[in-house]
Amino acid sequence: MAANNLKHALFCAVVTLVIAYPILGLNLEAQGINVTLEGADASTVISVLAAAVVVFLFQLFRDNILSVLKSVPSPLPKSQKEPMAENKRARIESWVLTGIVILALFWPFFVSRGAVDLATLVLIYIMLALGLNVVVGLAGLLDLGYVAFYAVGAYTFALLSQYAGVSFWVALPIGACLAALFGFTLGFPVLRLRGDYLAIVTLGFGEIIRILLNNWTSLTGGPNGVGGIPDPTLFGMEFGRRVKEEGNVSFHETFGIAYSGEHKVIFLYLIALVLAVFTALVIRRFMRMPVGRSWEALREDEIAARSLGMSRTAVKLSAFTIGAFFAGFAGTVFASKQGFISPESFVFLESAIILAIVVLGGMGSQIGVVLAAIAVTILPELAREFSEYRMLIFGAAMVLMMIWRPQGLMPVRRIHIELSKQE
Amino acid sequence: MQDLLYFSQQLINGLTIGSAYALIAIGYTMVYGIIGMINFAHGEIYMIGAYTALLAITGLATLGVTWLPLILLIALICAMIVSSSMGWAVERVAYRPVRGRHRLIPLISAIGMSIFLQNYVHLAQGSRNIGFPALIEGGFQFGSSGAFQMSLSYMQITIFITTLICMTLLSLFISRSRTGRACRAVSQDIGMANLLGIDTNRIISATFVIGAALAAVAGLLLGMYYGSIDPLFGFIAGLKAFTAAVLGGIGSIPGAMLGGLILGVSESMTSGYLSGEYKDVVSFGLLILILLFKPTGLLGKPEVEKI
Repeated sequence: MAANNLKHALFCAVVTLVIAYPILGLNLEAQGINVTLEGADASTVISVLAAAVVVFLFQLFRDNILSVLKSVPSPLPKSQKEPMAENKRARIESWVLTGIVILALFWPFFVSRGAVDLATLVLIYIMLALGLNVVVGLAGLLDLGYVAFYAVGAYTFALLSQYAGVSFWVALPIGACLAALFGFTLGFPVLRLRGDYLAIVTLGFGEIIRILLNNWTSLTGGPNGVGGIPDPTLFGMEFGRRVKEEGNVSFHETFGIAYSGEHKVIFLYLIALVLAVFTALVIRRFMRMPVGRSWEALREDEIAARSLGMSRTAVKLSAFTIGAFFAGFAGTVFASKQGFISPESFVFLESAIILAIVVLGGMGSQIGVVLAAIAVTILPELAREFSEYRMLIFGAAMVLMMIWRPQGLMPVRRIHIELSKQE
Repeated sequence: MQDLLYFSQQLINGLTIGSAYALIAIGYTMVYGIIGMINFAHGEIYMIGAYTALLAITGLATLGVTWLPLILLIALICAMIVSSSMGWAVERVAYRPVRGRHRLIPLISAIGMSIFLQNYVHLAQGSRNIGFPALIEGGFQFGSSGAFQMSLSYMQITIFITTLICMTLLSLFISRSRTGRACRAVSQDIGMANLLGIDTNRIISATFVIGAALAAVAGLLLGMYYGSIDPLFGFIAGLKAFTAAVLGGIGSIPGAMLGGLILGVSESMTSGYLSGEYKDVVSFGLLILILLFKPTGLLGKPEVEKI
């Protein structure tokens, strides 16, 4: 046993060296056309060696370490308490949420412009993640092309404003409905597919949309994107220093206050906040409606659900369409926040980030998803020096979550009765 | 005449790319055939193979080795070793702990791994694309007509021959060797194979290692063919190869070869007759259509859902 362990440990250490040393320890330096090889600095080499030693020791004493780890109480213990009654839990949740929303309403007036801008982005991600949560978390359909619907929403607003001069408030429902229509049209044929095939097809669809946006230069401007997207107005009041459109008045003149660039940022934040709350409430309602229950039923056991008379296509399609609708929502807000969009913003990585938010938050859990969206967007901003490691950490976190807590950090808990094992 | 030549040129280009896709597709199809999961990180393994090959080639150039076959052989071996180790480690770390859970969990884990590996190489080697030296230059020129001249470069011949050798070795390995027989047994019925004393964990590791080694060969070949590599170039190639695997019938090795060739040809025809920008659209469109109308692919077996 010990000899076997030693052999395995040695093997693992060698593999660690082989996969880490060439990529980390040797650097390709391009000088003109020529590429030269340079060794990395000593500290990298030492850390690679240290990693190999750690792997070796871990594998050698694997059994001992694991038994010690098992005896340590886990930091997230399985609660022995009975889960709270659902209505009590819901009441507490709704009080907490109301409190948070009221706080969020007043918060932007006391902080810097950059913070408000970041918060708007967080809210956009919350909308996206809540929408994807319906598709992935509730209905159990892995959608890897979610960003396509986001792009549809954003481009709808951008193009409508460019060609038809449509304002934000008109474009918002149009963008969302168009995204939902795309979701419906895509969903109709593909939802018959099994889980992992569905994932790949949606991924292909997302890429196709991006490539089309990139190459249909006459309509979308190609890689240069669409610019000059107008800001939203408040009952015809504009937030710019000067009024751009005939018949509008400017916000600061109407109220007789000094012009400040912050007004616009705060206004956008408030719009995003209202829309995010709207998204959360609507989806919350859906979850309690028969359709929401059937999403979860289908996710848990498709065959049982179908044998009880559910239409698989109708249930899946409703989840897909609703998810796409909110992506379109978020896309419109994003377009007006940025003022400029290009296909660069709608790459697969964006889909992966939204998916990571849903996975980290706990599939199906709204509060979890909101917290994860905040964490995923703000943490890289707080730790600037680590920001280039952001995606590396995301990838690792996704793997680790799947291994240790596939139900997410804050999973949904339902009241349920289990038969005791002794019977 | 010129049209015919142009067509044949596109055919040659397509078959070249297609045979390299087939090499990558083997990895997808073998893993899917055995444990029924999409190894999303396979494209990254291919990319790491290409980087290692470039590291080896540059290193040898610094040392002053000039004999071409030796350079290629060493680069190939280095790439295969590093990629295989990576494939083994990925399976061990990210896939084995989640094996047997709900279908989506291994897939999400694989996506996480793919993002991780992309950024691992990105951070270590930078995000710019790096020129890959074209070691094999020249070729045959024949059948010129008008302004157009058809050519078959030595590089393309190398790709064909290497793919052919790899595929032959793989078929021999699968059909003759003990491990190959165990692989087939495991892909038919993993539980039964386990009962009959086959170490299924070892066989699953072996499939990952074989797939990764073939991806590394493709990495070296396509790196030289395209002339530059970057940390993201595995992602699209991986998707294409997955398309090829599905096209031919996922789980079937001859299917992966056939699918790769068809995909390569349809891609090069698109860029030859329509526009190079839309070739990805065509391959993804092809993937969607195949999955919708014939999810078992051309040579695949229909999957029976047991309750």
